[in-house]
Amino acid sequence: MTDEIALKIDNLKKYFRVGKRKILKAVDDVSFEVRKGEVLGIVGESGCGKTTVGRTVSRLYEPTDGTIIFDGKDITKVPEKDLLWFRRKLQMIFQDPYASLDPRMTVGEIIGEPLDIHGLESGQERTDRIHHLLEIVGLSREHANRFPHEFSGGQRQRIGIARALAVDPAFIIADEPISSLDVSIQAQVVNLLTKLQEERELSFMFIAHDLSMVRHISHRVGVMYLGKIVEIAPSERIYEWPLHPYTKALMSANPIPDPNIEKSRTRISLPGEVPSPINPPPGCRFAGRCPQAHDRCREEDPYLEELEPDHWVSCFLY
Amino acid sequence: MEQNIANQEFAELAEQKLLSIEDLQVSFHTYAGEVHAVRGVTYSVEQGGSLAVVGESGCGKTVTVQAVMRLTPMPPGEIKGGKIAFNGKDILSLTEKQMQSVRGKEIGMIFQDPMTGLNPTMTVGNQIAEAVMKHQRVPKHEAMERAVEMLNLVEIPNPTVRASQYPHEFSGGMRQRAMIAIALACEPMLLIADEPTTSLDVTIQSQILELLQSLQDKMGMTIVLITHNLGVVARLARNIVVMYAGKVVESGSSSDIFYRPAHPYTRALLQSVPRLDAPSRKELASIPGTPPDLFEPPAGCAFAPRCKYSMKICLEHDSEPISVGDGHRVSCWLHHDANPNRLPVELYGGGGAHD
Repeated sequence: MTDEIALKIDNLKKYFRVGKRKILKAVDDVSFEVRKGEVLGIVGESGCGKTTVGRTVSRLYEPTDGTIIFDGKDITKVPEKDLLWFRRKLQMIFQDPYASLDPRMTVGEIIGEPLDIHGLESGQERTDRIHHLLEIVGLSREHANRFPHEFSGGQRQRIGIARALAVDPAFIIADEPISSLDVSIQAQVVNLLTKLQEERELSFMFIAHDLSMVRHISHRVGVMYLGKIVEIAPSERIYEWPLHPYTKALMSANPIPDPNIEKSRTRISLPGEVPSPINPPPGCRFAGRCPQAHDRCREEDPYLEELEPDHWVSCFLY
Repeated sequence: MEQNIANQEFAELAEQKLLSIEDLQVSFHTYAGEVHAVRGVTYSVEQGGSLAVVGESGCGKTVTVQAVMRLTPMPPGEIKGGKIAFNGKDILSLTEKQMQSVRGKEIGMIFQDPMTGLNPTMTVGNQIAEAVMKHQRVPKHEAMERAVEMLNLVEIPNPTVRASQYPHEFSGGMRQRAMIAIALACEPMLLIADEPTTSLDVTIQSQILELLQSLQDKMGMTIVLITHNLGVVARLARNIVVMYAGKVVESGSSSDIFYRPAHPYTRALLQSVPRLDAPSRKELASIPGTPPDLFEPPAGCAFAPRCKYSMKICLEHDSEPISVGDGHRVSCWLHHDANPNRLPVELYGGGGAHD
């Protein structure tokens, strides 16, 4: 990992219009950076905007406002037709390995398609590359002629990974890549992702709802709540010293597979549920459920402040 | 004669426990052949206990409890053998009519997906009242009062208003609470919860687990929890059954399974989950390969092809359950008397958790 920045996002906003005068603020003023060779985990519950961040960064969604600097260029200003280089440098791995592979294409065609789009290898070289990619992800070259339905969930996710790696990307956004897999298979895929990330010095955005998995795979973790990043810190620190009340609650809700620890843990239980991101009230988004909220929280928006090196939190308590 | 002794033993077993399942076998007939989904499952839970059944998708944990509720779709399903004793009743020999008074009244069930578990065309209050009126002779307005009480019990705010709303007006967590309210409306002795929190966010999961715990304390209810989430198990269960490929591979108390796991599969499962309190980016112990195809289940131990300890016998014969401690049983040749290299359970090391 270096100090060089692979991706820098400033004040990114993505709003969706959902009917007259109703605006869904899925991502609201989010700023962070990913260093070269770093894994940044984004964690949060459903509806927090983590997937929208991933999709906006990869320009699958057009950002409403803000800048996305990738390789020194602001890609929000680049027209779609000039984005091919970016699409090659940044690849995605999706959650559902059943829906993200075309059932009518063979595995070889699926992995080969990005090579054709970007005008890379052809002929025998292309075939060799597909075989090589299959072997990298733990499948065999014979699998190239089979169809996605012939594979298990874990194997399909490996195919998705091979497709993402085909064009030799520098940056990968993985959105819940393992949550549809069984426990024993999750470990296989996570180990594979970590190994590939290290070998190829990939920069990575790992988006998931499972805090223990995100903490396991990431160098740094950003916690999102209702369209905002509330805390971002090195993953060891976020466990040792969580600061934002939401991070603390999320941590304490996450059960640890150890009955003695579970018995003695004190739990912060949050009242209610995540409110709607449509026309949210002013002030801190978490104020309504926060056990430590005071008047200021309901009036003013807090912003991210650096409390210790590399540890940012957005809360008036600090 | 032998049969009689077996029956007698079973009767004794049934007397002590609220629910006993003995050598249950369930198959499904498909175009591709017969799937042996449950291949001789035995477990039991005592009155007031909480048992977690753990295993990965396709291991037969849901099919087993479907048989307990007599909800196995037949065809294509077929119960090929075994016995189920619940509260002194031989479940598999009851008529459908008799079974209807067991379901809902004596055994309540909550399912994984709270959206498909509720009827979208009925108000939530009516759905709870329906369950009450089905089993108790009470007039409609009393049943509705009971529904509001139940919504209050499962901690839904504004229960009177909520009772007149439809499921689509409820969030995921609220729907699961409503499902629990229906399941508990007739104060069943046994609650079967099949992956009750899998589709929920962690903070909501935590709320639901807390609710289940407090309901168990308040009502003295027996819970069978089916899940793949070991964290949830650690939090809720006193006893654990670990299933793999249609069989029980290990059973014991929560401490047995977490701190003295004896089956290589149990150990591998415990080591393969990342923990919040463990260092980042350490390689996870993964289990190579995938579970076997249950069209043609292997002759020996189903885990043998993925097991790093597997011996010749593992591929040929499956081990009977072997006792390795008080109430702690494991089906693995490693612990058999005839294994010359047998080690005490403790020496195999824990599954990541430390006592």
